[in-house]
Amino acid sequence: MSWLTEVSWSPYAVGFGIGILSWFTFLISKKPIGCSTAFARTSGMIEMIFRGKKVENKLYYQEFRPVVDWEWMLVLGVVFGSLVSSLISGDFVLEWIPSLWAGVFGVNPFLRVIVAIIGGIFLGFSARWAGGCTSGHGISGTLQLTISSWVSAICFFIGGIITAMIIYNVLG
Amino acid sequence: MEQQTIKKKSKVAPLIWGLLFGFIFGFLLQKGGATKYNIILGQLLLKDFTVLKIMLSAVVTGMIGIYFMKALGWIELHPKTGSVGKSVVGGLIFGIGFAVLGYCPGTIVGAVGNGYLDALFGGVVGILLGTWLFALVYPKLKGKFLKIGNFGTMTLPELLKVNAWIVIVPLAIIIILFLRWIESAGL
Repeated sequence: MSWLTEVSWSPYAVGFGIGILSWFTFLISKKPIGCSTAFARTSGMIEMIFRGKKVENKLYYQEFRPVVDWEWMLVLGVVFGSLVSSLISGDFVLEWIPSLWAGVFGVNPFLRVIVAIIGGIFLGFSARWAGGCTSGHGISGTLQLTISSWVSAICFFIGGIITAMIIYNVLG
Repeated sequence: MEQQTIKKKSKVAPLIWGLLFGFIFGFLLQKGGATKYNIILGQLLLKDFTVLKIMLSAVVTGMIGIYFMKALGWIELHPKTGSVGKSVVGGLIFGIGFAVLGYCPGTIVGAVGNGYLDALFGGVVGILLGTWLFALVYPKLKGKFLKIGNFGTMTLPELLKVNAWIVIVPLAIIIILFLRWIESAGL
């Protein structure tokens, strides 16, 4: 069982595993793997703490009710799966700044967190605009050969590659 | 009484399955390095192709099994709707966030489990704010901008009006050749 405690596996083994995992989510739960809807539901739950039941009347939260569902639990499971994987391999580390970032933009955690929040706002906003993220469209949608998902996934990478090149080759 | 427990069970069981599937997904993402900013930015800077290797091998494995089970009548597809306004515009903005944050909505929760604090205190907060902002503007976009150039839930075999395997087999071959080319280029 030493393979379980290895720091990393071949990306092909990981992809093969995710592919097989998707067979079982379709078969047992009748659902594709996805993550961004859970964030939308959570944002509604947080708004409900402040504004109460009337949040449920908002058009978006009528369609995506602010409740804990299968996908929400899936997202929670990802935290624990990654935690266990990194703990047993010794790869768990409490870290504010990724080394690639630090090498170009320095070690100020405040700057990194502000940029991460801004990036997150774009990401959350547009994942719901496109109706899915790198898992929902990028893996689950493309493997079903859905046109919307292939178009979305290709655009994720076009936008991502251009932006990354600007950040590291122009600004950095 | 018995019926009540059955009813309760049927509500809880799917959630437990979700948690279990998520656990495996997170475990795999961490083992693949997809929970790391450096790996994701390495992909977007075209220096490290780990992310595409994971995604494309998942797509090949997944589509063969999914369409096989569909042919047997065991499962149904769950295709998402899309349009030019929704998928192209949404997708390109997603790309900006993807590169600025260095995680995506799935890998960021994995990054939190991996201990990365910029993911927990930066990215997760930002994504929640972003989805909340989208819920605010959604009534103005729904049925309007999000419908421009609509292609609905159509799949590639439906578009080409062919048997699904006519798409799956060549696509799998193209992906495998692409991955072999990536390997031979040392990326």
